[in-house]
Amino acid sequence: MESAEPNKFVVGLWDHEEVYLHAIAHIRAKGIAIYESLTPFPVHGLENALGYRETRLHTAGFIFGATGTTLALTFMTWVMTYNYPLNVGGKPYWPLPSFIPITFELTVLFSAWGMTLTYLVRNRLWPGRVPRIFDKRTTDDRFALVFDAEKLSDDELNAIRSICKTEGAVEVKDKVFAENEGL
Amino acid sequence: MHAYESEFREPLINGLDKNYTKITDDLVAPTERITPMWLIATLITGAGACFFVFCLTWTVWFGIGTWGLNKTIGWAWDITNFVWWIGIGHAGTLISAILLLFRQRYRTGINRAAEAMTIFAVICAGMFPIFHMGRVWDAPFIFPIPNTRGPVWVNFNSPLLWDVFAISTYFSVSLLFWYSGLMPDFGTIRDRSKGKLRKWIYNILSFGWQGTAKQWQRFESLSLVLAGLSTPLVLSVHTIVSFDFATSVIPGWHTTIFPPYFVAGAIFSGFAMVETLMLISRKMFSLEDYITINHIESMNKIIVLTGSIVGIAYLTELFIAWYSGFMYEQFAFYNRILGKYFWAYTIMMTCNVVTPQFYWIKSIRRNLYWTFALSIFVNIGMWFERFVIIVTSLADDYLPSSWNYFSPTWVDWGIYLGSISVFLFLFLLFSRFFPTIAIAEVKAIFRISSEVAKVERAKAANSSTASNGGFVGLQSVGPLNKDDKN
Repeated sequence: MESAEPNKFVVGLWDHEEVYLHAIAHIRAKGIAIYESLTPFPVHGLENALGYRETRLHTAGFIFGATGTTLALTFMTWVMTYNYPLNVGGKPYWPLPSFIPITFELTVLFSAWGMTLTYLVRNRLWPGRVPRIFDKRTTDDRFALVFDAEKLSDDELNAIRSICKTEGAVEVKDKVFAENEGL
Repeated sequence: MHAYESEFREPLINGLDKNYTKITDDLVAPTERITPMWLIATLITGAGACFFVFCLTWTVWFGIGTWGLNKTIGWAWDITNFVWWIGIGHAGTLISAILLLFRQRYRTGINRAAEAMTIFAVICAGMFPIFHMGRVWDAPFIFPIPNTRGPVWVNFNSPLLWDVFAISTYFSVSLLFWYSGLMPDFGTIRDRSKGKLRKWIYNILSFGWQGTAKQWQRFESLSLVLAGLSTPLVLSVHTIVSFDFATSVIPGWHTTIFPPYFVAGAIFSGFAMVETLMLISRKMFSLEDYITINHIESMNKIIVLTGSIVGIAYLTELFIAWYSGFMYEQFAFYNRILGKYFWAYTIMMTCNVVTPQFYWIKSIRRNLYWTFALSIFVNIGMWFERFVIIVTSLADDYLPSSWNYFSPTWVDWGIYLGSISVFLFLFLLFSRFFPTIAIAEVKAIFRISSEVAKVERAKAANSSTASNGGFVGLQSVGPLNKDDKN
């Protein structure tokens, strides 16, 4: 299987999120493409700094929730009025208020599960996945910017390295993965 | 960051030696060593868990006649324990969801353990109704599954069925909430582990977490929506539990005040259990800098608030019973206070209404020994609340010839104490192998609410004539960066 993903990278490491955010703004202003950004915790304003669009995950949550609502109401209606109508002490065959709790619970259940599964799929997370670790410290105390070094000349790479340094990176290093490693 | 933090607020992360590296070291440390105290506690509670299984097996083998139930009191400790455990579970969701929506930063120190507690408490709770069925192998039929008997479906009008949906949804959504938060922290543990096996296991647990900006963006969206879903969910769960009683026609149960009263009671008992566990684990795993007196005081404030709500609910019930002019209702409450279960009512009133009022005194709110003692009191009091509501209302029913008294058998005791063992056993395993404090979330408040950040801001304010009134914006980047080791 041939991979379109690059295997050679330059990795800049920062140790303070505010310096890191400034660095991203300055590096992007120079027209340098950032391949990936890794942080040990969710940094506020990072997706704006990187120019990411807002996630549509919550829309998925809404659609799954609406599915749950519909399913619960339809199923209970089908059971109580069509499949096995049962006279319980002369109560109505279609007691809508009684359906509210279960409808609510199924809405929440479907929304939560659907959204979490979407989250896992979109984030490419599953048990046993072996991810590309650009630097082990990015889950500890370092904020990393990864640049695709595959198609860049040495001069361009040196320019990236030096701008990282001037923007406060504490370390700049090269990282090469084997073909298809951790994808 | 752009978040405003009043400088008068106490820090949520103590210690001037803290930085991101130190936070990781401190919070992962409990998963990297076995202490003798942990081992002893795990063995004892593990033995208790075995006894729990033994008592359940006994119950299934000989039938629920081995419990102290009788014809009048068909529900006693089983439903009491069920409601008690479900209530305990509520604090976890409250801390993780409602406090997230209200942007309460102190939640970061306690949310992980509280969510774990929710899961374990709901597991314990679920055991009681399932084994009360007697024929446990028929338990799947509580769900509307296709069958060859008609098909006969479950009764969608019944609060007991709503409970089935509420509890199972609650359990699985809490599990998602908890686990989605754990994945990044498992990634942290994986990346610092030395052994190959340990790395492999934690990589599987982390689902291959990397911490890319896009992952974090989706992570934040997921936590926010799950919090938004869990908040009405947690309120609905105990509301529906209270419907089990409120929709019946038993005096003492048939009360419209039950839903809010049960929810407040659940939060009350849940916070008490969080305190009991956190006071032990902060000591056991040296987490005093992350679960500070400030955290404990905040929880104590919630306890005094919810305890007072519960107290008002007790008094309202009494007033309404008198005001209704309905003799059966009046008798039920008269009987609760002065009848054969007066001792249970006294314990309930003392532990739930009287002793939490000590928390109006600041020095008691901030005292660990008082807090520990009072949290145990609340746990006891809330167990007795359910016992009082359930058993005293049933014991003396409409027909004096069937009035009865409930005495637990050794099996009742074994299952109840056994469930506490199971709960503690699971919690001990959790605190040894999983990060007890949400590492990434604590790091996210480090620049805002830690002692280090506050000292730095004070220094910056002194040096730069403090023109911005303590607001920390991007202008502080320079000085922060220069003399900060991390």
